[in-house]
Amino acid sequence: MCLAVGVTSVSYGAVSVASGLPFWFPVVMGTLVLAGSSEFLFVGIVGAGGSPVAGALAGLLVNARHLPYGLALPDVLGRGWRRALGVHVMNDESVVFALTRKENAARSYWTSGIGVLVCWPLGALLGAALGSTVSDPNAFGLDAMFPVVILALILPSLRDRVARRPALLGAVIALVCAPLLPTGLPLLASLAALAAVPLLGGLGTSPSASADASPSADARPSAGPSAGTSGDAESERGRA
Amino acid sequence: MIVASMLVLAVGTYLLRLSGPLLRTRVSFPPSAERLLDVAAVVLLTALVAVTALTEGGGPADAARPAGVLVGGVLAWRKASFMVAVLAAAATTAVLRLI
Repeated sequence: MCLAVGVTSVSYGAVSVASGLPFWFPVVMGTLVLAGSSEFLFVGIVGAGGSPVAGALAGLLVNARHLPYGLALPDVLGRGWRRALGVHVMNDESVVFALTRKENAARSYWTSGIGVLVCWPLGALLGAALGSTVSDPNAFGLDAMFPVVILALILPSLRDRVARRPALLGAVIALVCAPLLPTGLPLLASLAALAAVPLLGGLGTSPSASADASPSADARPSAGPSAGTSGDAESERGRA
Repeated sequence: MIVASMLVLAVGTYLLRLSGPLLRTRVSFPPSAERLLDVAAVVLLTALVAVTALTEGGGPADAARPAGVLVGGVLAWRKASFMVAVLAAAATTAVLRLI
């Protein structure tokens, strides 16, 4: 896991300096924010000439998921300064470890949390060093790395149908807005897709409820607003 | 300006992380709100992928970049390792630009 975090952070550091940010910036932001996707978003918006304020707002929106994370987290943080540090190392990985290894939740949480705290800024430093030695990063296709990094990180969520439909709609909205709005705003405009969630089959009762939407699940009593999984799939094709 | 915005992001993120454990014992959060936050993050990040893969400063990007992203995306979808997918994307784009 630390290797994946390391590779991601190297590309994050390289992308940051390729966007014209100073080499220390991804390292400092990596340490202080410590939430990869929001940092990528910030760097992506600023690097494309957007406002840093829009970058911070978009980053905070992405990081809003830490609120439910904290609510779901078992009591692993401890007290005093430990608690203050423990809150900071709350991330996708450490929360997943704490939730899935119940018998050793605190140890799993702290190991992965501290691991990311060390790996992420170090990798960013390495990436920044590599990136700043290259005069034209685009010649090496580094600009194609960034979308793939984010795509790979969100693929597990995109396999979930409930999230996939609004996500694809949001991507279309952002692309349509891209020539019309200043950088950063098309991304925020994509959130308008959330308003269509009830039309797209609702949120489902749980992630697993949508994951088992195979033809064999037709007999399952429908709990959502749609008339059953097969009808749902047909209406999806109808829209496409 | 950039540093100030970064600090706002850092402090705001810390407060978002802190509020969960603080609220945990006091209120119950409806599961649908949690799901909506999850979906919002995925929507935002998918839009980021689309915009960074296909556009450059408001106009369309050169064809080499979407081609590389497509190769990397298909590899990642077919559960290739993260590093393979990312490096294949960069290599594809780099080779297409050489031609």
